[in-house]
Amino acid sequence: MRHLLSTGDLSRADAIRILDTAEEMSAVGDREVKKLPALRGRTVVNLFFEDSTRTRISFEAAAKRLSADVINFAAKGSSVSKGESLKDTAQTLAAMGADAVVIRHWASGAPHRLAATDWIDAGVINAGDGTHEHPTQALLDAFTMRRHWSKLAGIPSTGADLTGMSVAIAGDVLHSRVARSNVWLLRTLGAQVTLVAPPTLLPIGVEHWPCTVSYDLDQTLAGGVDAMMMLRVQGERMNASFFPTTREYSRRWGFDDNRLRALDTLGLKDTIIMHPGPMNRGLEISSAAADSPRSTVLAQVRNGVSVRMAALYLLLSGDTRESVPTHSKESH
Amino acid sequence: MAPQHQTGSYLIRGASILGGPAEDLLIRNGVIAARGTDPATEDGATVIDAHGLVALPGMVDIHTHLREPGREDAETVETGTRAAALGGYTAVHAMANSNPVADTAGVVEQVFSLGRTAGWADVRPVGAVTVGLAGEQLAELGAMADSRARVRVFSDDGICVSDPVLMRRALEYVKAFDGVVAQHAQEPRLTAGAQMNEGAVSAVLGLAGWPAVAEESIIARDVLLAQHVGSRLHVCHVSTAGSVEIIRWAKSRGINVTAEVTPHHLWLTDELVRSYDPVYKVNPPLRTDEDVQALRAALADGTIDVIGTDHAPHPSEHKECEWAQAAMGMTGLETALSVVQHTMIETGLMGWADFARVTSTAPAAIGRVEDQGRPLEAGEPANVILVDAAARWSVDPSKMATMGRNSPFAGRELPGKVMATFLHGHPTVLDGALNTPYRWDAADTAGRP
Repeated sequence: MRHLLSTGDLSRADAIRILDTAEEMSAVGDREVKKLPALRGRTVVNLFFEDSTRTRISFEAAAKRLSADVINFAAKGSSVSKGESLKDTAQTLAAMGADAVVIRHWASGAPHRLAATDWIDAGVINAGDGTHEHPTQALLDAFTMRRHWSKLAGIPSTGADLTGMSVAIAGDVLHSRVARSNVWLLRTLGAQVTLVAPPTLLPIGVEHWPCTVSYDLDQTLAGGVDAMMMLRVQGERMNASFFPTTREYSRRWGFDDNRLRALDTLGLKDTIIMHPGPMNRGLEISSAAADSPRSTVLAQVRNGVSVRMAALYLLLSGDTRESVPTHSKESH
Repeated sequence: MAPQHQTGSYLIRGASILGGPAEDLLIRNGVIAARGTDPATEDGATVIDAHGLVALPGMVDIHTHLREPGREDAETVETGTRAAALGGYTAVHAMANSNPVADTAGVVEQVFSLGRTAGWADVRPVGAVTVGLAGEQLAELGAMADSRARVRVFSDDGICVSDPVLMRRALEYVKAFDGVVAQHAQEPRLTAGAQMNEGAVSAVLGLAGWPAVAEESIIARDVLLAQHVGSRLHVCHVSTAGSVEIIRWAKSRGINVTAEVTPHHLWLTDELVRSYDPVYKVNPPLRTDEDVQALRAALADGTIDVIGTDHAPHPSEHKECEWAQAAMGMTGLETALSVVQHTMIETGLMGWADFARVTSTAPAAIGRVEDQGRPLEAGEPANVILVDAAARWSVDPSKMATMGRNSPFAGRELPGKVMATFLHGHPTVLDGALNTPYRWDAADTAGRP
C-alpha cells in the first residue's frame, strides 16, 4: 500500500488485510508494554490544517505504539492566510525526511495533491479531507461492526467481512467525509447501506452511489438495521436553510429516546448505535442513546488506534503481504 | 477599414482556401490583391509554398484575458498577443477584469495602445458593464465606445451582471452605439463557494457543486430581457445542454442573441476533476459528456455562433495548490484551432468553411470589427492564416508563448498547426514560428477617430 487516500481504492482483500492487521495490533493494546518495534527509526508527520485533537492523538498513539518518531505539524487556518503553500510545507517535510504524512485538511483532495505531485515522496494517509473522505474512520467503523457481526455469527472476526449486515447512516451526508468513506468500504465488505437524511443534506448524484436512500428514519429502522450510525450535524447548517430548526431536525432525523425504545419494540435487540464523534447530544443523538449498552462510541475510539497502527504499518513496512512480525505468537 | 501600409508583397501558392481546391493568394500592402488558380505573378513578391495548407481568415477571439494592466506576472498584452498570433488569431477581445478594471476610456485606450505597440494582433478592449465589476452602477459605456479603443463589447466577465434591473439598463443603453452586452451567466447565490460541476462526480469528490441551473436561469432571464428591450445579447462560454436548449428557443423566437463555446468545453469533462489537479479548474466548470455532445451539435447547427477561448493564464503558484485554493481558468489561444479541429472537423461535424464562420466571421461581426472576419477575396484586408491540418503536435505548455502554463491539454497530441499568420498583410508568423510584429505607422499609432 503506497498511500491511503480513499476507501474507494481498496479492494475487498485490501480492506480485510487492514482489518486483520488491526486485530493483531489491538492485541498489543492489551499488553502491559503497549509497544512494537516495527517502525523504529521511521518518521511519521501529523500534518493538520484543521483542528482535530481526537484524530491527531489517535494517529500519534498509533505511530508511537509502533515505535515511529512522530512530528506534529499544526498548520491552522488556510495555507494562504499562513503565507506558506501546501507545496512548500510538503517540500519542507520531505527535506526533514518524513516517511509518512498523515494529513488532515479542510480542502477536499488535498491528500491526493500530496500523493500525486512530486512535492514529497512519503506515503500519504488521508486523515480527513474537506467533505470528501476519512478512510481510517470508515476502517475503524468497519472494524467495530465486524467484531459485532462476527460475534453474533459465532465466528472469528479475522478474515470475515460484513456480508448480510444492514447499516443505516443518518445525518448530514452532503458534507460528511465519514459517510462517503463508509459507503464505499461497507459496500466492498458486503454490507447493505441505507443513507437517511433530509433531501437538502444529500448530494446531487447520490442516486449513483451503491446504497439506498431514505428520508424517513423510522421507516428505515422498521425495516431492520444492524448498525445505526449517526453523523454529526453542524449548527451552522441551520443558517444556510438546510433545515428549518435544530429541533425539527432532531425530531425527524435525530436518534432520540423514542427511537431508542423503538429498537426494543421492533425486536432489534442486537442493533448497535455508532457515532464518529464528537457528538452533539440532544441534536443528532440523545444522551440515553449515546450512553446505552448499544452504543459503540468508545469502542470506536479504541479501535481507531488499532486501525491506524495497521494503516501506518502496512504503509511503511514495505511488505504488505505478511502479517505483523514479533508479537502474534506471544499475544494470543 | 484596411490600413494602407507598405507591408510588402507575398504570393501564397497553392493554398486550399477554406478547404477548397488549391488557389493562389497575392497579398500586397495589407490587402488581398488577387485570388485565383491562374498563377499570379508579382515582381519582388515573396513566394510562400502553401500546397497542402488550408488558408483561412485570421481568427478573432471574442473572449481573451490578457491580464495587463495589473497582473503582468500572469500575462502581458505582448505575450498574450504573441500567443494569439501563433494560434492563428489576428484579433482578440481583451476582457475587462484587469487591475484597474477596464471601466473607463483611459484604461481601454491603454490596453488598445499596448496592443498597437505589440503589433501581433488587433487588440479590441472589452469594457466593463459596471464600475469595478461591482455590479452596482453602470460604467461610462459611452465614453469607452467613443474612445480610440472604439469599444463595442461590454462584459463583467468573471462576474455575472446578476441584478436584473442593471442588466436591463445595460442592454438598453448600449443600443446607442451598437454595442453588445456579453454576459457571464452565473447566478451568484446558487454558486457560492462552488468548485466544480454539480453531479455524480462532485458527489463523490466532496467538492461544492456548481449546478447547471445557475447558468441556465440567467440565460433564460437575459434572453427574455433582450427580447423585451430589443437589444443585442451575447452569452459567454455556454457550458450546458440546458443552456443550448434555451438559446435555441430564443433564436427561434427571433431574439437577437449570440453565444460562444470554449474549446475546452467541446472536449473535456468533469471526470478529469477526479485527479484534483487544478489545471482542470475553470469557470464555468467542465461538465458532463452529455453537455459536451450537446455543445458540439449546437456549434455545428449554428445555435452557438462562435468559439471563444476564454484564454485565462495564471502564474503557476495559483495552480500548484489545493483545488479549493486554485484560480479558475485555462490557457487556450495556442490550442484553440487544434482542439476545434479535433472535436468538430475530424468528427465530421464541420468543414473548414464552418470553422472560418465560428472562429472569424461571426466573432468579428459580434464585436463589430470591420476589417476582420472578411472573405478571402480580392480587395479584402489581408488577415489570413495558413494551417497544416495534417500536422500532429504534442502540447508542451513550457514551450508556449503565453506566460500561462495552465493548459489542460498538456501532454496530449493534437492535430493541426498554424504555419503562417498575416496581420494586415504582414506575416507575424512564418514557418510555424513568430516572425516580426506588424508596425502601425506613426499617424495610426497617434490615433484613429
